[in-house]
Amino acid sequence: MIQISSQSIDIQECIDAAQSERAGAIDVFIGTVRNHNKSKDVVRLEFETYDLMAVKKMEELANQARERWDIEKIVMVHRKGVLQIGDVAVVIAVSTPHRVASFEACQWLIDTLKEVVPIWKKEIYGDGEEWLEAHA
Amino acid sequence: MIKYKISLFGITRDIVGGTHTSIEFAQQANVESLLAKLRKDFPRLNDIRSLLVAVNAEYAEGNFPINEHDEIALIPPVSGG
Repeated sequence: MIQISSQSIDIQECIDAAQSERAGAIDVFIGTVRNHNKSKDVVRLEFETYDLMAVKKMEELANQARERWDIEKIVMVHRKGVLQIGDVAVVIAVSTPHRVASFEACQWLIDTLKEVVPIWKKEIYGDGEEWLEAHA
Repeated sequence: MIKYKISLFGITRDIVGGTHTSIEFAQQANVESLLAKLRKDFPRLNDIRSLLVAVNAEYAEGNFPINEHDEIALIPPVSGG
């Protein structure tokens, strides 16, 4: 299951979708909206996505992970739109026969998602807003 | 003239204004010439840490040729997760 979602993410649904009788482990990463960044108080976030390419890139990452680790199922769901503090921004769930692979693959998937998947985060502060990573 | 329609995301949407922009070339453009023209027309694009182009939902660079009906997107630094 690989999706960009404009609705709130159901974490249990993601875990259920990763279930497999061959799996001895499911590692789940949940990215949530933090109320601060560096010294600024964050009021809310907005995610913009290039849906077609984002899903394509996430599918490529899932395929690459399958080449590196023995994986049963991969779930990647990322939000778009306006998110409030505490909301779930992204869920990645990876099931594997043995736990080490699930930890490693899950970390690699979120790390690489942040580098290559066309999703943009704007933080809104009390006195302004900023697209993250945009400037040097 | 060849008219290219470009989708804009993130900070490039703020800089250029709007979700899309169009630019015309006398002959077929490639990724490099497209970026150069956009940077000239919208100098604030030069303030961005990096600027990539996607053609038909795939990163492309340099002399990769662009056809009139390709889906072209400007990709500023991504920040998902």
